[in-house]
Amino acid sequence: MERIPILRMGHFLLVTIQVDLYDQLAENLESDLVHMVKKTQAKGVLIDVSAVSIIDSFMGRILGNIANMSKIMDAETVVVGMQPAVAITLVELGLPLKGVYSALNVERGMQLLHSKIIFDQEEEEAEAEGDDDDHSIE
Amino acid sequence: MTIVKEQDVVPFRNRVKEYAVKMGMSLVNQTKLITAASELVRNLLKYGKGGNVKIEVINQGRDNGIRLTFVDQGPGIENIELAMKDGYSTGKSMGLGLPGTKRLVSEFNIQSSVGKGTTVTIIKWKNG
Repeated sequence: MERIPILRMGHFLLVTIQVDLYDQLAENLESDLVHMVKKTQAKGVLIDVSAVSIIDSFMGRILGNIANMSKIMDAETVVVGMQPAVAITLVELGLPLKGVYSALNVERGMQLLHSKIIFDQEEEEAEAEGDDDDHSIE
Repeated sequence: MTIVKEQDVVPFRNRVKEYAVKMGMSLVNQTKLITAASELVRNLLKYGKGGNVKIEVINQGRDNGIRLTFVDQGPGIENIELAMKDGYSTGKSMGLGLPGTKRLVSEFNIQSSVGKGTTVTIIKWKNG
């Protein structure tokens, strides 16, 4: 069966969608991704949609689902590279893409994910320090 | 074009795109039209259990455009007014399909009779 490849890069999962998805493929991607998040303990999911010319309400819902599911699994989702025409259409269609972070390109998407994760780690460290002695940073 | 299964959706969208490109429609309008077509074809499959789509190139004065007619013999829509409301859906989706589609195209027409089926016609003008 046809599948969209999911690449692992450090703490992140990288998905590049190169074809226009039909429904089954999109649903497979959704479940594959959630399983991969669990398996690799990824902290972030980066989805490159720069080659996608159409995002309709179904595809939009899949993206939203992925973001929500990943969030529950403690991973952030960033959608990168959306084409301007697609963005215009999505807004007119009325699709909010809630819970999905976005970035202009893969590089910035990676930076965004890094910044989120480093922030998390600092918080954890700060908490850990706070536990060691009572000089918490707050 | 006959649409009976999910795998027909992508080839159908490509056909619409071909027509739109040949006509010289702008990328934004192309994308809107194809997205609208995609929504409607999904409805055709989901509620109408498949059906037929006609793709036509039409002229009005100096403007030309593409008309798509979606015909199914499904259960029909009881309350079209309600179906056209944002956020209303009898299925599991978000209920954006029909009202969202209407916003994406130049002209939108829906006719439905319960038990007989539904016909949706949309027109996207090249410059509109």
